[in-house]
Amino acid sequence: MKKLLQSCLLLLMPLGVFASAGMELDSAGIDLTDKTSLENGAHLYVQYCLGCHSTKYIRYLNLADDFDIDEQEILNKVAPEGAGIYDKMLTAMNEHDAKKWFGTQPPDLSLIARSRGADWLYSYLKGFYADPKKPLGVNNAIFPDVGMPNPLWKLQGTQRPVYETVDGQEVITELELEENGTMSADEFDKSVNDIVNFLVYAGEPAQLKRESMGKYVLFFIFMFGVIAYLLKKEYWKDIH
Amino acid sequence: MKTNYVANCGTWFLDRFPLTKLWNEHMAQYYAPKNFNFWYFFGSLALLVLVNQFITGILLTMNYKPDASLAFDSVEYIMREVPWGWLVRYMHSTGASAFFIVVYLHMFRGLIYGSYKQPRELIWIFGMLLFVALMAEAFMGYLLPWGQMSYWGAQVIISLFSAIPVIGDDLSLWVRGDYVISDATLNRFFAFHVIAIPLILIMLVFLHIIALHEVGSNNPDGIEIKDSKDPWGHPVDGIPFHPYYTVKDIVGVAVFLFFFATVLFYMPEMGGYFLEHANFIPADPLATPEHIAPVWYFTPFYAILRAIPDKFAGVIAMGGAIVVLFLLPWLDRSPVKSIRYRGGIYKKALFLFVISFLGLGYLGMQAPTAGATMMARVFTSIYFAFFLLMPIYTRWEKTKPVPKRVNQPASIEDHIPAIKESFAAMTLEVSEQKNGHTVKHTRPNPSGIAHELSKLVKKMKGSLD
Repeated sequence: MKKLLQSCLLLLMPLGVFASAGMELDSAGIDLTDKTSLENGAHLYVQYCLGCHSTKYIRYLNLADDFDIDEQEILNKVAPEGAGIYDKMLTAMNEHDAKKWFGTQPPDLSLIARSRGADWLYSYLKGFYADPKKPLGVNNAIFPDVGMPNPLWKLQGTQRPVYETVDGQEVITELELEENGTMSADEFDKSVNDIVNFLVYAGEPAQLKRESMGKYVLFFIFMFGVIAYLLKKEYWKDIH
Repeated sequence: MKTNYVANCGTWFLDRFPLTKLWNEHMAQYYAPKNFNFWYFFGSLALLVLVNQFITGILLTMNYKPDASLAFDSVEYIMREVPWGWLVRYMHSTGASAFFIVVYLHMFRGLIYGSYKQPRELIWIFGMLLFVALMAEAFMGYLLPWGQMSYWGAQVIISLFSAIPVIGDDLSLWVRGDYVISDATLNRFFAFHVIAIPLILIMLVFLHIIALHEVGSNNPDGIEIKDSKDPWGHPVDGIPFHPYYTVKDIVGVAVFLFFFATVLFYMPEMGGYFLEHANFIPADPLATPEHIAPVWYFTPFYAILRAIPDKFAGVIAMGGAIVVLFLLPWLDRSPVKSIRYRGGIYKKALFLFVISFLGLGYLGMQAPTAGATMMARVFTSIYFAFFLLMPIYTRWEKTKPVPKRVNQPASIEDHIPAIKESFAAMTLEVSEQKNGHTVKHTRPNPSGIAHELSKLVKKMKGSLD
């Protein structure tokens, strides 16, 4: 019995471990109804991410349709120079160069929000810090030893990790701004939020539709259920 | 006159086909016990989900490509470019999980009311075959999106065949068609998922229902309604399936669809349980995910597999966990069917069994730590003890006398006064002066809630004896 109790306690252990060690994920606060945020997120994505990462399941036309924006505006403000409205969001970097420069091809990010989650992406993009030991000079608190430079360093500035000793191990608990970027901390948070917002949209464009449609479907099923119940009651009133 | 032609066509058809006879035998004059409760919705709901899977499956097949280099992209193509493709795909993926929820509840109904007992053993056997076919269908279907979990889940499960002595390695090679899961595996799984197993499922559903209608349905009291008949030969406690249970099942369908649509429109991934997060990464034979877990409906059996230290013994135990269910009609030696008239031992045993089944389901999703494995072993022992000790404890326990006629269950309206009463006991009326008016508020009453809870616990404890 004692052993049983011990194993019960052991079972609950992982919950506690996750709660204490390292940095907690920040909440991204996704709002897919905010079309301005989505458009700005797409703009920033093309500026800072598309150089290496494709989003091959999205065409520029999809952005115009889903964000209610003119096709011309998408081409002027969002799409890279020379891209057509029917083009997919592909990266200009080819596989050969990517392997030479980074050792691997940077992954397509169409579904990254569905495999990693919005909060993870938001914290990851804000989680870079200076680490002279790494070949690229940066490391990440959320994804240790990541093989990617901080694409947003110019906007954010550089960060320095604050260590704390937890259970005899050095753990990063927070990051401090060491050198200012071109954006204030709030502006930067908003920009990262916009990028994550765009990636969440890119992961499943249908969610714009399905969530707005759901309430009508549920209302219909509810009314159908009420009528079905009254019908059942009418039929069953003689059964005792 | 036009109507005459139509009527004549109908007569011509009925003269040559026993439609009236079939309708009467299985619907209008099929007498079902009048005391079906909540647990009796899940049979018709399983049929509904099966039809949903067939229709959405056919539509998905029109755009899906069973090719290792195209499969993942074709699923995303369905999700994004095919008009309403996302809806069809979510109906299919949510339907898969809904199928198992409904089927597990349907089987639990059989367990509590002894629906597998004489003369319904064959219905139970057909039902168990359906369950096995359904597991095969779900397992093979899960490979088709060709995501990381599809790939590595299949890799882990098929490698289990290699644990069989002597022929194991050749057998798993034969099943896969390659040394690893590959395009060959995807193609054969597709063939089984869309043709072979659906055919088996239809056939078994047919046999399951025909066998049921031959002996008649069981009921929450576990009494044979055919034992007391009226002068016209109809069971006194029976009512025609149509229209009584058709209209009742439609209510069940509406309630089910409400939950189904809520998941479908607002949380199609169900927090990673219905669609696993790692399955949004395309299959990569060179990158093993940190943590490979099957979809939730397989996790109880997966936990049993992992609980056994030896791989081959684990495979045997996992298979045994299914086989033992087939033997249920002969393991249960109790003279009564329904839990209402069984003794306290069976109720407690069933309670422990449910806890261990849910516990195994939870443990199967977690990474295997020492503590988790220890718990899984305890739960596995309870799982098998429930079945294997059944011939002993069901024979010796004291049962209650079974009445001749069924009890009519209370309707929802009958419960309203009791609900109102306990609501009043759990709340306090507070008057407050606001802008010169007296406003009455209803506030929760902690001591009242505690009192009601202790009453509930006492009642539950009492019902176990």
